[in-house]
Amino acid sequence: MHRRPLAAVLTGLAALTLAVTACAPQEDDTATASKSPASCTKDKLPLKTPGKLTVATDKPAFEPWFKDDDPKNGQGFESAVAYAVAGKLGFTKDEVAWTVESFESSYAPGTKKFDFDINQVSVTPAREKAVTFSSGYYDVQQGVVALKGTKFAGASSIAELKGAKIAVQVGTTSYQAVKNQLKPDIEPKVFNNQIDAVNALKNKQADVLLVDLPTAFYVTAAQVEDSKIVGQLPQTQGGETEHFGLLLEKGSPLVGCLDKALGELKSSGELAKIEERWLTSAAGAPVLK
Amino acid sequence: MADVGGRRSRAEVTARGTSAPGDAAWVKSERQLDREHRRRRAGVRSASLATASTVLFAVVVVAVVVSSPGWPRVHETFFAWDEFADAFPDVLRGFWLNVRIFLIAEPVILAVGLLVALARGLRSPLFFPLRALAVAYTDVFRGIPTILLVYLVGFGLPALRLQGLPDDPAVLGGFALVLSYGAYVAEVFRAGIDSVHPSQRAAARSLGLSRTQSLRFVVLPQAVRRVVPPLLNDFASLQKDTALVAVLGPLEALRQAQIHSADTFNYTPFLASAVLFIALTVPMARFTDHLAARAERRRAPGGGT
Repeated sequence: MHRRPLAAVLTGLAALTLAVTACAPQEDDTATASKSPASCTKDKLPLKTPGKLTVATDKPAFEPWFKDDDPKNGQGFESAVAYAVAGKLGFTKDEVAWTVESFESSYAPGTKKFDFDINQVSVTPAREKAVTFSSGYYDVQQGVVALKGTKFAGASSIAELKGAKIAVQVGTTSYQAVKNQLKPDIEPKVFNNQIDAVNALKNKQADVLLVDLPTAFYVTAAQVEDSKIVGQLPQTQGGETEHFGLLLEKGSPLVGCLDKALGELKSSGELAKIEERWLTSAAGAPVLK
Repeated sequence: MADVGGRRSRAEVTARGTSAPGDAAWVKSERQLDREHRRRRAGVRSASLATASTVLFAVVVVAVVVSSPGWPRVHETFFAWDEFADAFPDVLRGFWLNVRIFLIAEPVILAVGLLVALARGLRSPLFFPLRALAVAYTDVFRGIPTILLVYLVGFGLPALRLQGLPDDPAVLGGFALVLSYGAYVAEVFRAGIDSVHPSQRAAARSLGLSRTQSLRFVVLPQAVRRVVPPLLNDFASLQKDTALVAVLGPLEALRQAQIHSADTFNYTPFLASAVLFIALTVPMARFTDHLAARAERRRAPGGGT
């Protein structure tokens, strides 16, 4: 009778010890040894799967960044960039493996299952505290889309958009642009994904849609009938351009090689060619003042 | 508490039995005093053991988590105080929308649920269409995942482009929640009504009350009292599901947290929003416990009020 609670406690402690030893720490993943490996040849690279370059992106993968929701086909801007980078590092097309990584899990702490993630992620100093970014592969502008003939379709300045109900996708720099540049009187509507934001525009639940310019061109050309690009937002923050970067695990030594590959693609003009092929020229959209 | 009280009174009865009847001043026997002493000591002993093992458990768990190799990163990305402070005002502002959706949806859900439950209880063949409709409603809307319903209502209704239909996402989302939870609550009410013994209804009828009157004055009061805890359970669930409305675009707590998180690649804002939801559901849970305990006391023999 007296011993029973004590015995119970001891059993409980034993169980606890078991549970604790069961979840022994995983091997340390602090790969911060060197910023860049000695050489960027294929067999020297610190890869997740040896011999394969594992590239991640979200699903669905939207146009014009990818085509037909299939990153493997090499079509669409980001798919093409990924294969171009892989080619510079010496990988053939079938040595590139794609995995699905949602935007929100792409910046989770801990070991990542991809070598790099290409998913229209804008590089910001705050984000660089959590992950490592390559140099930029695309400079972004924000585009404003509206249905033809609606109240805000003819706006020629930011001030004219003050009273608009604006739809944006959550977690995008478009939302930042709404907050910092447009500053509308009505709270913007923030959607899970681009399709929902586009639908809000279609349903007239929102007056205008704010997306990056290539997406804006795609929306007006293919997704929403009778829609037009009202204009693009001017670059902010003292002319510093917003750019997309490849996302890597914090401290990944691979970044040096990716930067090198991107640098070569830029100087040879190959990156510009890919951009020209997949992203409609932004020349047609007037800058809103 | 009630249990302890019961044991004490039994002990007193035993003590009275051992002392001789007719004694002027009743005193506890030696044996009873010893028994009480031992009981008290056992109580203290088990309480301190419980405390010690709880503390030990907490210490071990915290030690394991904190000493794990990934802890600094986890600490930085989930428990960053400055991120918390930075996001909290926005998250709180968003949370106010959750609270408003909840406060408005809740009474509507109660009304819908009760009406549907009553419709299912209609006996006359004349009301068959109504009864069938109620059955179909509960079957369909309990079957659809709430988030799907939020999507369908939130994007489907405005797509009809009908005049006068609300296009505010919070209203549409709230409507979807009412449809979903109305079906659950209807079943809870129905269970409550069915749990009232048929003799109650028969007795009411024999007193000359009409069918409606016996339902109104005899069956429903008992039924409603019985289903209060499960109803509150559904409402705790509803409180959290107000976050689902986020998919329609309004800036509620979850969405604000998501925005801050995407902005800085830090998950702490989600924690801020979780804290707010807990702050709302925990008092509700305690209130449910309190109501359940009160109902239990009332049902216990001699527990009049």
